[in-house]
Amino acid sequence: MYTQAMDTAPKEERAAIRSADEVVAEEVFERALDNEGFIEAKDWMPEHYRKTLVRQISQHAHSEIVGMLPEGNWITRAPTLKRKAILLAKVQDEAGHGLYLYAAGETLGTSRDQMLDALHTGKAKYSSIFNYPTLTWADVGVIGWLVDGAAIMNQIPLCRCSYAPYARAMVRVCREESFHQRQGYDSLLTMMQKGTAAQRAMVQDATNRWWWPSLMMFGPPDSQSQHSDASMRWKIKRFTNDSLRQKFVDATVPQGHYLGLTFPDPALRLDEVSGHWQFGDIDWQEFRRVLAGDGPCNRERLAARRQAYEDGAWVREAALAYAARHQPRPRREAA
Amino acid sequence: MTESPTPLWEVFIRARTGMAHRHVGSVHAADATMALQAARDVYTRRGEGHSIWVVPSAAITASDPSDKDMLFEPAASKIYRHPTFYEVPEEVDNM
Repeated sequence: MYTQAMDTAPKEERAAIRSADEVVAEEVFERALDNEGFIEAKDWMPEHYRKTLVRQISQHAHSEIVGMLPEGNWITRAPTLKRKAILLAKVQDEAGHGLYLYAAGETLGTSRDQMLDALHTGKAKYSSIFNYPTLTWADVGVIGWLVDGAAIMNQIPLCRCSYAPYARAMVRVCREESFHQRQGYDSLLTMMQKGTAAQRAMVQDATNRWWWPSLMMFGPPDSQSQHSDASMRWKIKRFTNDSLRQKFVDATVPQGHYLGLTFPDPALRLDEVSGHWQFGDIDWQEFRRVLAGDGPCNRERLAARRQAYEDGAWVREAALAYAARHQPRPRREAA
Repeated sequence: MTESPTPLWEVFIRARTGMAHRHVGSVHAADATMALQAARDVYTRRGEGHSIWVVPSAAITASDPSDKDMLFEPAASKIYRHPTFYEVPEEVDNM
Protein backbone atom coordinates (compact mmCIF):
# COMPACT_ATOMS: atom_id res chain seq x y z
CA MET A 1 0.00 0.00 0.00
CA TYR A 2 1.35 3.43 0.88
CA THR A 3 3.97 1.49 2.80
CA GLN A 4 4.53 -1.33 0.31
CA ALA A 5 8.33 -0.82 0.45
CA MET A 6 8.12 -2.26 3.97
CA ASP A 7 7.62 -5.66 2.45
CA THR A 8 10.64 -5.51 0.18
CA ALA A 9 13.28 -4.29 2.65
CA PRO A 10 15.72 -6.92 3.93
CA LYS A 11 14.88 -8.61 7.21
CA GLU A 12 16.69 -7.43 10.30
CA GLU A 13 17.79 -9.63 13.14
CA ARG A 14 16.56 -8.88 16.62
CA ALA A 15 19.07 -8.27 19.38
CA ALA A 16 19.50 -11.59 21.16
CA ILE A 17 20.69 -10.36 24.54
CA ARG A 18 18.11 -8.71 26.75
CA SER A 19 18.18 -7.58 30.36
CA ALA A 20 15.83 -9.04 32.98
CA ASP A 21 13.88 -5.76 33.05
CA GLU A 22 13.42 -5.95 29.32
CA VAL A 23 12.11 -9.48 29.53
CA VAL A 24 9.45 -8.36 32.01
CA ALA A 25 8.59 -5.27 29.97
CA GLU A 26 8.28 -7.39 26.85
CA GLU A 27 5.85 -9.70 28.62
CA VAL A 28 3.66 -6.72 29.50
CA PHE A 29 3.87 -5.57 25.89
CA GLU A 30 3.01 -9.00 24.48
CA ARG A 31 0.10 -9.35 26.87
CA ALA A 32 -1.30 -6.00 25.75
CA LEU A 33 -1.15 -7.20 22.13
CA ASP A 34 -2.75 -10.54 22.97
CA ASN A 35 -5.63 -8.74 24.66
CA GLU A 36 -6.16 -6.46 21.64
CA GLY A 37 -4.85 -3.59 23.76
CA PHE A 38 -3.13 -0.48 22.47
CA ILE A 39 0.47 0.62 22.89
CA GLU A 40 0.86 4.31 23.71
CA ALA A 41 3.84 6.52 22.92
CA LYS A 42 5.43 6.36 26.36
CA ASP A 43 4.84 2.63 26.93
CA TRP A 44 7.78 0.28 26.69
CA MET A 45 8.07 -1.35 23.27
CA PRO A 46 10.68 -3.55 21.62
CA GLU A 47 13.19 -1.58 19.58
CA HIS A 48 12.26 -3.52 16.48
CA TYR A 49 8.57 -2.64 16.89
CA ARG A 50 9.52 1.03 17.23
CA LYS A 51 11.77 0.95 14.17
CA THR A 52 9.18 -0.86 12.09
CA LEU A 53 6.56 1.73 13.01
CA VAL A 54 8.82 4.70 12.33
CA ARG A 55 9.52 3.28 8.91
CA GLN A 56 5.91 2.44 8.15
CA ILE A 57 4.38 5.68 9.45
CA SER A 58 6.97 7.87 7.74
CA GLN A 59 6.54 6.01 4.44
CA HIS A 60 2.81 6.47 4.80
CA ALA A 61 3.22 10.20 5.51
CA HIS A 62 5.61 10.66 2.59
CA SER A 63 3.10 8.93 0.31
CA GLU A 64 0.38 11.40 1.30
CA ILE A 65 2.67 14.36 0.67
CA VAL A 66 4.16 13.12 -2.62
CA GLY A 67 0.64 12.05 -3.57
CA MET A 68 -0.36 15.71 -3.76
CA LEU A 69 1.85 16.17 -6.82
CA PRO A 70 0.11 14.07 -9.51
CA GLU A 71 -3.29 15.57 -8.71
CA GLY A 72 -1.99 19.05 -7.97
CA ASN A 73 -0.86 18.97 -11.59
CA TRP A 74 -4.52 19.42 -12.63
CA ILE A 75 -5.77 22.08 -10.19
CA THR A 76 -5.20 24.95 -12.61
CA ARG A 77 -6.70 22.98 -15.49
CA ALA A 78 -9.82 21.52 -13.88
CA PRO A 79 -12.70 21.71 -16.38
CA THR A 80 -15.15 23.59 -14.13
CA LEU A 81 -15.04 25.73 -11.00
CA LYS A 82 -16.90 22.97 -9.12
CA ARG A 83 -14.31 20.34 -10.02
CA LYS A 84 -11.52 22.75 -9.19
CA ALA A 85 -12.91 23.46 -5.72
CA ILE A 86 -13.34 19.72 -5.09
CA LEU A 87 -9.82 18.93 -6.25
CA LEU A 88 -8.35 21.71 -4.12
CA ALA A 89 -10.16 20.34 -1.06
CA LYS A 90 -8.95 16.84 -1.81
CA VAL A 91 -5.32 17.84 -2.26
CA GLN A 92 -5.54 19.87 0.95
CA ASP A 93 -6.83 16.74 2.70
CA GLU A 94 -3.79 14.80 1.49
CA ALA A 95 -1.55 17.44 3.07
CA GLY A 96 -3.56 17.07 6.28
CA HIS A 97 -3.18 13.28 6.19
CA GLY A 98 0.56 13.65 5.78
CA LEU A 99 0.68 15.99 8.77
CA TYR A 100 -1.42 13.71 11.04
CA LEU A 101 0.96 10.90 10.16
CA TYR A 102 4.19 12.85 10.65
CA ALA A 103 2.86 13.84 14.09
CA ALA A 104 2.15 10.17 14.87
CA GLY A 105 5.67 9.28 13.73
CA GLU A 106 7.17 11.94 15.97
CA THR A 107 5.63 10.32 19.06
CA LEU A 108 8.12 7.49 18.49
CA GLY A 109 11.08 9.76 19.08
CA THR A 110 12.03 10.64 15.53
CA SER A 111 11.90 14.28 14.44
CA ARG A 112 9.99 15.79 11.55
CA ASP A 113 13.29 17.00 10.12
CA GLN A 114 14.79 13.52 10.26
CA MET A 115 11.81 12.09 8.41
CA LEU A 116 11.87 14.81 5.74
CA ASP A 117 15.61 14.42 5.36
CA ALA A 118 15.17 10.68 4.76
CA LEU A 119 12.62 11.44 2.04
CA HIS A 120 14.72 14.12 0.37
CA THR A 121 17.90 12.02 0.31
CA GLY A 122 15.98 9.09 -1.16
CA LYS A 123 16.54 6.92 1.93
CA ALA A 124 12.85 6.68 2.75
CA LYS A 125 10.34 5.27 0.30
CA TYR A 126 6.82 6.28 -0.64
CA SER A 127 4.14 4.42 -2.59
CA SER A 128 5.10 3.39 -6.13
CA ILE A 129 1.73 4.62 -7.40
CA PHE A 130 2.72 8.28 -7.23
CA ASN A 131 5.54 7.78 -9.70
CA TYR A 132 3.11 7.49 -12.59
CA PRO A 133 2.13 10.61 -14.58
CA THR A 134 -1.35 12.18 -14.74
CA LEU A 135 -1.69 12.65 -18.49
CA THR A 136 -5.33 13.74 -18.80
CA TRP A 137 -8.15 15.09 -16.66
CA ALA A 138 -9.64 11.59 -16.54
CA ASP A 139 -6.57 10.52 -14.53
CA VAL A 140 -7.78 12.68 -11.64
CA GLY A 141 -11.11 10.83 -11.52
CA VAL A 142 -9.46 7.44 -11.90
CA ILE A 143 -7.01 8.20 -9.08
CA GLY A 144 -9.92 9.02 -6.79
CA TRP A 145 -11.76 5.87 -7.77
CA LEU A 146 -8.88 3.33 -7.93
CA VAL A 147 -5.99 4.75 -5.92
CA ASP A 148 -8.07 6.13 -3.09
CA GLY A 149 -10.30 3.07 -3.28
CA ALA A 150 -7.26 0.85 -2.78
CA ALA A 151 -6.04 3.12 0.00
CA ILE A 152 -9.35 2.77 1.87
CA MET A 153 -9.15 -1.05 1.70
CA ASN A 154 -5.77 -0.90 3.33
CA GLN A 155 -6.34 1.92 5.77
CA ILE A 156 -9.53 0.77 7.44
CA PRO A 157 -7.77 -2.15 9.19
CA LEU A 158 -5.01 0.29 10.25
CA CYS A 159 -7.57 2.07 12.45
CA ARG A 160 -7.21 -0.98 14.72
CA CYS A 161 -3.40 -1.03 14.56
CA SER A 162 -1.79 -1.76 17.94
CA TYR A 163 0.11 1.54 18.06
CA ALA A 164 -2.51 3.97 19.32
CA PRO A 165 -1.21 7.29 17.91
CA TYR A 166 -1.07 5.68 14.44
CA ALA A 167 -4.52 4.15 14.86
CA ARG A 168 -5.98 7.51 15.95
CA ALA A 169 -4.44 9.26 12.95
CA MET A 170 -5.91 6.60 10.68
CA VAL A 171 -9.40 7.09 12.10
CA ARG A 172 -9.24 10.72 10.98
CA VAL A 173 -7.77 9.77 7.60
CA CYS A 174 -10.45 7.17 6.90
CA ARG A 175 -13.26 9.55 7.80
CA GLU A 176 -12.04 11.89 5.05
CA GLU A 177 -11.00 9.28 2.50
CA SER A 178 -14.45 8.21 1.37
CA PHE A 179 -15.08 11.71 -0.02
CA HIS A 180 -11.95 11.20 -2.12
CA GLN A 181 -13.17 8.01 -3.71
CA ARG A 182 -16.69 9.27 -4.30
CA GLN A 183 -15.62 12.53 -5.93
CA GLY A 184 -13.46 10.52 -8.34
CA TYR A 185 -16.24 8.11 -9.23
CA ASP A 186 -18.68 10.99 -9.60
CA SER A 187 -16.35 12.74 -12.04
CA LEU A 188 -16.00 9.52 -14.08
CA LEU A 189 -19.76 8.93 -14.08
CA THR A 190 -20.29 12.41 -15.47
CA MET A 191 -17.79 11.84 -18.26
CA MET A 192 -19.11 8.36 -19.10
CA GLN A 193 -22.81 9.24 -19.02
CA LYS A 194 -22.84 12.83 -20.28
CA GLY A 195 -19.52 13.06 -22.07
CA THR A 196 -18.50 12.79 -25.71
CA ALA A 197 -17.02 9.65 -27.27
CA ALA A 198 -13.59 11.24 -26.92
CA GLN A 199 -14.16 11.85 -23.20
CA ARG A 200 -15.29 8.26 -22.67
CA ALA A 201 -12.20 7.05 -24.50
CA MET A 202 -10.11 9.23 -22.20
CA VAL A 203 -11.61 7.56 -19.12
CA GLN A 204 -10.95 4.12 -20.60
CA ASP A 205 -7.37 5.05 -21.38
CA ALA A 206 -6.79 6.34 -17.84
CA THR A 207 -8.29 3.14 -16.42
CA ASN A 208 -5.99 1.05 -18.61
CA ARG A 209 -2.95 2.90 -17.33
CA TRP A 210 -3.86 2.97 -13.62
CA TRP A 211 -5.36 -0.50 -13.14
CA TRP A 212 -2.17 -2.53 -12.76
CA PRO A 213 -0.26 0.07 -10.73
CA SER A 214 -3.30 0.19 -8.38
CA LEU A 215 -3.08 -3.56 -7.82
CA MET A 216 0.64 -3.17 -7.08
CA MET A 217 -0.23 -0.74 -4.28
CA PHE A 218 -1.03 -3.69 -2.04
CA GLY A 219 2.61 -4.75 -2.14
CA PRO A 220 4.34 -7.97 -3.16
CA PRO A 221 2.47 -11.29 -3.02
CA ASP A 222 2.32 -12.91 0.41
CA SER A 223 4.85 -15.52 -0.71
CA GLN A 224 7.47 -12.78 -1.22
CA SER A 225 6.57 -10.40 1.59
CA GLN A 226 9.48 -10.02 3.99
CA HIS A 227 7.90 -8.37 6.98
CA SER A 228 4.32 -9.54 7.05
CA ASP A 229 4.89 -12.09 9.81
CA ALA A 230 6.26 -9.69 12.42
CA SER A 231 3.80 -6.95 11.44
CA MET A 232 0.86 -9.36 11.72
CA ARG A 233 2.05 -10.67 15.08
CA TRP A 234 2.41 -7.11 16.36
CA LYS A 235 -1.01 -6.24 15.00
CA ILE A 236 0.37 -3.41 12.92
CA LYS A 237 -0.96 -5.26 9.92
CA ARG A 238 -4.26 -7.12 10.10
CA PHE A 239 -4.68 -8.66 6.66
CA THR A 240 -2.20 -9.99 4.12
CA ASN A 241 -1.36 -8.16 0.90
CA ASP A 242 -3.06 -10.77 -1.27
CA SER A 243 -6.27 -10.86 0.73
CA LEU A 244 -6.65 -7.06 0.58
CA ARG A 245 -5.83 -7.05 -3.13
CA GLN A 246 -8.55 -9.63 -3.78
CA LYS A 247 -11.03 -7.63 -1.72
CA PHE A 248 -10.22 -4.55 -3.78
CA VAL A 249 -10.63 -6.35 -7.11
CA ASP A 250 -13.95 -7.86 -6.01
CA ALA A 251 -15.30 -4.46 -5.00
CA THR A 252 -13.92 -2.51 -7.94
CA VAL A 253 -14.63 -4.61 -11.03
CA PRO A 254 -18.42 -4.24 -10.81
CA GLN A 255 -17.99 -0.47 -10.27
CA GLY A 256 -15.97 -0.31 -13.49
CA HIS A 257 -18.55 -2.31 -15.39
CA TYR A 258 -21.27 0.03 -14.17
CA LEU A 259 -19.30 2.92 -15.64
CA GLY A 260 -19.17 1.02 -18.94
CA LEU A 261 -15.43 0.39 -18.74
CA THR A 262 -13.31 -2.66 -19.44
CA PHE A 263 -10.17 -3.67 -17.57
CA PRO A 264 -6.82 -4.25 -19.29
CA ASP A 265 -6.66 -7.88 -18.15
CA PRO A 266 -7.80 -10.66 -20.52
CA ALA A 267 -7.60 -13.15 -17.63
CA LEU A 268 -10.14 -11.25 -15.51
CA ARG A 269 -13.19 -13.43 -14.89
CA LEU A 270 -15.70 -14.12 -12.17
CA ASP A 271 -15.19 -17.47 -10.48
CA GLU A 272 -18.78 -18.64 -9.92
CA VAL A 273 -17.77 -21.07 -7.18
CA SER A 274 -15.82 -18.72 -4.91
CA GLY A 275 -17.60 -15.54 -6.00
CA HIS A 276 -14.20 -13.86 -6.44
CA TRP A 277 -12.89 -12.08 -9.52
CA GLN A 278 -9.77 -13.86 -10.73
CA PHE A 279 -7.14 -11.70 -12.32
CA GLY A 280 -3.97 -12.17 -14.36
CA ASP A 281 -0.33 -12.01 -13.32
CA ILE A 282 1.01 -8.73 -11.99
CA ASP A 283 4.29 -7.48 -13.46
CA TRP A 284 6.41 -7.57 -10.29
CA GLN A 285 9.47 -6.53 -12.28
CA GLU A 286 7.80 -3.20 -12.96
CA PHE A 287 6.81 -2.90 -9.29
CA ARG A 288 10.38 -3.39 -8.10
CA ARG A 289 11.76 -1.06 -10.73
CA VAL A 290 9.39 1.78 -9.79
CA LEU A 291 9.96 1.24 -6.07
CA ALA A 292 13.71 1.26 -6.56
CA GLY A 293 13.52 4.71 -8.14
CA ASP A 294 13.20 3.99 -11.82
CA GLY A 295 9.55 4.72 -12.53
CA PRO A 296 8.26 7.27 -15.05
CA CYS A 297 8.23 10.17 -12.54
CA ASN A 298 10.47 9.24 -9.57
CA ARG A 299 13.08 11.89 -10.28
CA GLU A 300 10.52 14.58 -11.00
CA ARG A 301 8.58 13.87 -7.79
CA LEU A 302 11.62 13.91 -5.54
CA ALA A 303 12.98 17.02 -7.21
CA ALA A 304 9.63 18.77 -6.68
CA ARG A 305 9.60 17.87 -2.97
CA ARG A 306 13.19 19.00 -2.47
CA GLN A 307 12.55 22.26 -4.23
CA ALA A 308 9.41 22.94 -2.21
CA TYR A 309 11.39 22.35 0.98
CA GLU A 310 14.30 24.54 -0.09
CA ASP A 311 12.06 27.30 -1.40
CA GLY A 312 10.26 27.35 1.93
CA ALA A 313 13.43 27.61 4.02
CA TRP A 314 13.41 31.41 4.17
CA VAL A 315 9.78 31.39 5.33
CA ARG A 316 10.57 29.00 8.19
CA GLU A 317 13.61 31.05 9.17
CA ALA A 318 11.69 34.32 9.03
CA ALA A 319 8.84 32.90 11.13
CA LEU A 320 11.28 31.70 13.80
CA ALA A 321 13.15 35.01 13.78
CA TYR A 322 9.86 36.88 14.14
CA ALA A 323 8.77 34.62 17.00
CA ALA A 324 12.09 35.11 18.77
CA ARG A 325 11.84 38.90 18.53
CA HIS A 326 8.22 39.19 19.63
CA GLN A 327 7.29 37.99 23.06
CA PRO A 328 4.02 36.07 22.86
CA ARG A 329 1.18 38.53 23.19
CA PRO A 330 -1.30 37.72 25.97
CA ARG A 331 -4.17 35.89 24.28
CA ARG A 332 -7.78 35.50 25.30
CA GLU A 333 -7.86 33.41 28.46
CA ALA A 334 -8.47 29.73 28.00
CA ALA A 335 -12.12 28.99 28.52
CA MET B 1 20.23 20.64 7.83
CA THR B 2 21.39 23.62 9.84
CA GLU B 3 17.88 24.95 10.42
CA SER B 4 16.62 24.98 13.98
CA PRO B 5 13.50 22.86 14.40
CA THR B 6 10.13 24.59 14.45
CA PRO B 7 8.51 24.09 17.89
CA LEU B 8 5.84 21.46 18.44
CA TRP B 9 2.38 22.34 19.82
CA GLU B 10 -0.38 20.09 21.13
CA VAL B 11 -3.83 20.85 19.78
CA PHE B 12 -7.07 20.64 21.80
CA ILE B 13 -10.45 21.18 20.21
CA ARG B 14 -13.91 21.77 21.63
CA ALA B 15 -16.21 20.04 19.19
CA ARG B 16 -19.44 21.64 20.41
CA THR B 17 -20.41 24.21 22.96
CA GLY B 18 -20.91 22.47 26.28
CA MET B 19 -18.16 19.90 25.72
CA ALA B 20 -14.62 19.87 27.04
CA HIS B 21 -11.60 20.51 24.82
CA ARG B 22 -10.09 17.24 23.68
CA HIS B 23 -6.59 16.48 22.50
CA VAL B 24 -6.64 15.84 18.73
CA GLY B 25 -2.99 15.91 17.67
CA SER B 26 -0.07 18.23 17.22
CA VAL B 27 1.36 20.78 14.79
CA HIS B 28 4.68 22.51 14.24
CA ALA B 29 4.64 26.31 14.29
CA ALA B 30 7.02 29.16 15.03
CA ASP B 31 4.65 30.92 17.44
CA ALA B 32 1.23 30.68 19.08
CA THR B 33 -0.59 32.64 16.37
CA MET B 34 0.74 30.43 13.61
CA ALA B 35 0.08 27.33 15.71
CA LEU B 36 -3.60 28.32 15.97
CA GLN B 37 -3.80 28.88 12.23
CA ALA B 38 -2.09 25.58 11.46
CA ALA B 39 -4.35 23.74 13.92
CA ARG B 40 -7.40 25.24 12.23
CA ASP B 41 -6.19 24.12 8.79
CA VAL B 42 -5.07 20.66 9.85
CA TYR B 43 -7.74 19.64 12.35
CA THR B 44 -10.98 21.48 11.53
CA ARG B 45 -11.59 21.08 7.79
CA ARG B 46 -14.95 19.38 8.40
CA GLY B 47 -16.43 21.65 11.04
CA GLU B 48 -14.93 19.60 13.88
CA GLY B 49 -14.45 22.51 16.20
CA HIS B 50 -15.82 25.65 17.80
CA SER B 51 -12.74 26.48 19.81
CA ILE B 52 -9.05 25.56 19.68
CA TRP B 53 -6.33 25.53 22.34
CA VAL B 54 -2.68 25.16 21.39
CA VAL B 55 -0.12 24.40 24.06
CA PRO B 56 3.67 24.13 23.60
CA SER B 57 4.37 20.39 23.83
CA ALA B 58 7.38 21.14 26.01
CA ALA B 59 5.04 22.71 28.61
CA ILE B 60 3.20 19.45 29.24
CA THR B 61 4.22 17.30 32.19
CA ALA B 62 3.04 13.72 31.84
CA SER B 63 2.98 10.80 34.25
CA ASP B 64 5.32 7.93 33.55
CA PRO B 65 3.55 4.75 32.37
CA SER B 66 5.82 2.69 34.66
CA ASP B 67 4.37 4.59 37.66
CA LYS B 68 0.90 3.44 36.69
CA ASP B 69 0.49 0.95 39.53
CA MET B 70 1.82 3.30 42.19
CA LEU B 71 -0.40 6.14 41.02
CA PHE B 72 -3.64 4.39 40.25
CA GLU B 73 -3.78 1.12 42.16
CA PRO B 74 -5.01 2.80 45.39
CA ALA B 75 -8.14 3.84 43.53
CA ALA B 76 -8.87 0.28 42.46
CA SER B 77 -8.56 -1.19 45.96
CA LYS B 78 -10.92 1.28 47.65
CA ILE B 79 -14.09 -0.37 46.53
CA TYR B 80 -16.07 1.42 49.26
CA ARG B 81 -15.77 4.55 47.12
CA HIS B 82 -18.36 3.13 44.75
CA PRO B 83 -22.09 3.22 45.51
CA THR B 84 -22.45 -0.45 44.59
CA PHE B 85 -20.37 -1.34 47.66
CA TYR B 86 -23.40 -0.62 49.86
CA GLU B 87 -26.52 -2.69 50.09
CA VAL B 88 -29.73 -0.76 50.33
CA PRO B 89 -32.80 -2.58 51.78
CA GLU B 90 -35.37 -3.30 49.12
CA GLU B 91 -38.01 -1.34 51.04
CA VAL B 92 -35.92 1.80 50.76
CA ASP B 93 -35.92 1.42 46.98
CA ASN B 94 -34.12 4.18 45.12
CA MET B 95 -31.18 5.87 46.75
